[in-house]
Amino acid sequence: MTARDTGRSRTVLALLILASVTLITLDGASGDGSPVAPLRTGAADVFGPAESVVSSAVRPITDLPGHLSAVSELQEHNEQLESDNARLQAQLETSDLVRNRADQVDGLFDVGSLHHFQIVPAQVIALGPAQSFGQTVTIDAGTRDGVAADMTVLNDDGLVGRVVSADAFTSTVLLIVDADSVVGGRLASSMELGFLDGEGNLSADGTLSLSLVDKDALPQIGDTVVSWGSRNDAPYVPAVPIGRVLSVRRSPRELSATATVQPYVDFSSLDIVGVVVGTDPRAARTQLGNQAGGPTAHPSAGPVSAG
Amino acid sequence: MTWMRTPVVGLLVLLAIVFQVSLFSSLEIDGVAPDLALLVVIAAALVRGPEYATVLGFVAGLLVDIAPPADHSAGRWALSFAVSGYLAGMVRRDARSSALAAVVVVAAGAFVATSIFALSGLLIGDQRVEVGNALQVIPVAVLYDVLLTPLVIPLVIAVLDGLQPVTDWR
Repeated sequence: MTARDTGRSRTVLALLILASVTLITLDGASGDGSPVAPLRTGAADVFGPAESVVSSAVRPITDLPGHLSAVSELQEHNEQLESDNARLQAQLETSDLVRNRADQVDGLFDVGSLHHFQIVPAQVIALGPAQSFGQTVTIDAGTRDGVAADMTVLNDDGLVGRVVSADAFTSTVLLIVDADSVVGGRLASSMELGFLDGEGNLSADGTLSLSLVDKDALPQIGDTVVSWGSRNDAPYVPAVPIGRVLSVRRSPRELSATATVQPYVDFSSLDIVGVVVGTDPRAARTQLGNQAGGPTAHPSAGPVSAG
Repeated sequence: MTWMRTPVVGLLVLLAIVFQVSLFSSLEIDGVAPDLALLVVIAAALVRGPEYATVLGFVAGLLVDIAPPADHSAGRWALSFAVSGYLAGMVRRDARSSALAAVVVVAAGAFVATSIFALSGLLIGDQRVEVGNALQVIPVAVLYDVLLTPLVIPLVIAVLDGLQPVTDWR
């Protein structure tokens, strides 16, 4: 390499470092009106469907480990039996997977009809790596399915997060365990309000920290925390279970008690989630007025039959 | 064959990015997925030198920055990959001589890239980046990238060499 080449590649490096810094500054400073936003939308339209395809293609492979260990136990049997077993086992594993996912979808519908939410089911197709320090996932539902930014995402276990950006085919969801995420929460036992901060840990022992608004209130270990609900149900709808109080910490330095909350959702194995695309407030009101006549059986039937 | 280089390298980068969020998110170690796109950049640096790798690093990094589910300020991975690609390109003469040297370059490149990404987060006040967390994540990321080196680097080098048989790196 000649001295001139070295000089030229240094210039290229310097230019591109400058370009990066400019981008970071522009994108960070201008928030929603960022000039990078159209680029992101374009990228989502290309990468979203591709991630969807790869994710569904590799799903049988990534679910394989359980299958393999089951087969290894059958090694003492003869060849014919072994291959038969492997085949049946494969079918069983697949049907387990299908059954699990059907259960999750069923659970979602239960949650939906309980709270009168209109829920769009979606599948997690990509996960941000830990090197990026953000806990975000891509789901395969987008604006075409009625998903928009600031919608609540949940699954049959509880609150998952909120949609931060929606594109045509896919959306990006900020999980509640992300260090940037703050959710208004309510202790189910005492109705006390508080804020749940993510601690940036996705693994099974990832927790949230709850600080209560009322400085005299003390959460009890085992208390259930549900979402408090935001104005106009964006970004969080009310009364979705979030987690269970694991431990309570009270220091003289802080005014209010802080509790560690274990989320109900297992974020390391997220699969089927639901996006709350709408709530039906009339249904809830009707049900209240209808108490003497018994609860309405179906959310969509509620307002009509009472009207 | 040289006219095919840009589309083929572009395709490699796109595949790497899609695989790193879709496939390797289920094979993650402690939440860390390998930086496949960075491996492509480093392989390109070993074949084509610092100038090409800096530009490719910038472009690949920018794509990682904006491909879903990325949610941080765009330009941070672009900066990390560009610097990493430049450094790998500068030492390529020594690095292509042995497999061990290539592994060392990948380890150094991954360390530089993940560190610059974490540092840039600290500088612009990204609350998600904590020093303790970064110190945990960076070694795992380096290790995972090194693990994948024997699979990815020779493949990319073979593709790039195949497209440009005249090697002038000596």
